[in-house]
Amino acid sequence: MSSVAEKPNWFSRLANPGQFLIWSRLVNRPLAVVTGLVFVAGLYYALLHSPADYQMGETVRIMYIHVPNAWLSQFVYGVMVVSALGSLVWRHPMADVSMKAAAPLGAVFTGLALYTGSLWGRPTWGTFWEWDGRMTSTLVLFFIYLGLIALWRAFDDQLRAGRIVAVFTLIGAINIPIVKFSVDWWHTLHQPASVFTPEGPHMPMSILMPLLIMTLAFTLLFTSLQLLSMQVEVRRRRLATMEKRRAYAAGTPN
Amino acid sequence: MKGFAAVIRRDLTLAFRGGGDIMTLLLFFVMVGAIVPFAVGPDKALLSRLAPGIVWIAAFLSLLLGLDRLFRNDHEDGSLALFRQAELPLAGLVAAKVIAHWLLAALPLIVASPVLAVLLAMDAPTWLRVVLSLVIGTPGLAALGAMGAAVTVSLPRGGLLAPVLITPLALPLLIFGTGSIDAMAGNSALLLLAAVSLVLVAVAPFMAALALAVSED
Repeated sequence: MSSVAEKPNWFSRLANPGQFLIWSRLVNRPLAVVTGLVFVAGLYYALLHSPADYQMGETVRIMYIHVPNAWLSQFVYGVMVVSALGSLVWRHPMADVSMKAAAPLGAVFTGLALYTGSLWGRPTWGTFWEWDGRMTSTLVLFFIYLGLIALWRAFDDQLRAGRIVAVFTLIGAINIPIVKFSVDWWHTLHQPASVFTPEGPHMPMSILMPLLIMTLAFTLLFTSLQLLSMQVEVRRRRLATMEKRRAYAAGTPN
Repeated sequence: MKGFAAVIRRDLTLAFRGGGDIMTLLLFFVMVGAIVPFAVGPDKALLSRLAPGIVWIAAFLSLLLGLDRLFRNDHEDGSLALFRQAELPLAGLVAAKVIAHWLLAALPLIVASPVLAVLLAMDAPTWLRVVLSLVIGTPGLAALGAMGAAVTVSLPRGGLLAPVLITPLALPLLIFGTGSIDAMAGNSALLLLAAVSLVLVAVAPFMAALALAVSED
């Protein structure tokens, strides 16, 4: 046993709440600028520079918004599962903060995926809503996000809430594949997956490129919003602690 | 093993001494089924087509209704803190309580299902398949409910939250449960229902025990 405290590795240093506030504030603005630039490039390619589909016509452009949101609806849940593991295994306060910040973002992206999906479904399938496999499982995912937000809000003590929400996030992670499988079994009308297939993408480069740029843009957007709401949450927790301390000091006679 | 049986016996005794709980649940189950004809009209052909789904929804709602008593009383009177000191691991305790919950909340519904079968114009073979699917599927529902109840146990107003949390996750059971009643494609759905139910029953004690341990800290 050495008496000198071990120097923390780079990750622990980055994840220290105080350090986090310092470096993430430096990152905020550059990240926002990069996100904006990628959005401009992606929207230019998607809306002006890509061909209209020979079957769906101009409505195919909804895809460039729809697919990135659908991708994020699942990616954000992945972020929450990793944070939940961090919260349960290492009890790291920043894991709780990240989990809490991600839930509303995930709900919004999932909601947008559903909304753009139904806008796209109207001209192509002739209906706003169809009980088909992927739409239904996205709707279920949306409900799970809203349930998680409700669970967060039900706790007065956010510090204690973190680990309980983490347990439920993991329960959801076990169940989501089962839900997806069962819903697929139940009904399938959606076209089969066409981006990642063993034989390579089933779409021409002129459509794939803008789609990938838009996906990158939305993922960057999520990253910057996530960092921002984590900063807000850290501050909110500090404020709560300060208020508690002041109330305590006011209550104790000296 | 002794502690395991003792927990089941304790929960059953408490329920029977408390009186009325099982009867209320049964009444609720039958009433949910019985109000459907008033909502959709007494058309026998339509009712017999809807019947399996109605029975499953009624069973689902009844199981949700009984969720709150699973851990809340034990949490409030401190028994849960004592159970954590026991030789029986917390996961074992949860498993015992899930079994007791199933015996108290699901088994009576299966016994009462002939009443709904008559009211909803179900024929005998369909009713048999409904019973089979309920026997296989309700343990999974009870396990899922235990996880929801454990997550919300420390919340004073957790009663409504647990159903909201677990309803989306219960979708596979509902899909395969009602799917297995179909005479043509029913057998594969029945096997899938058994698979989902077994996975949930296997996972639930550990996840619920984790949630209980975290809530008590």
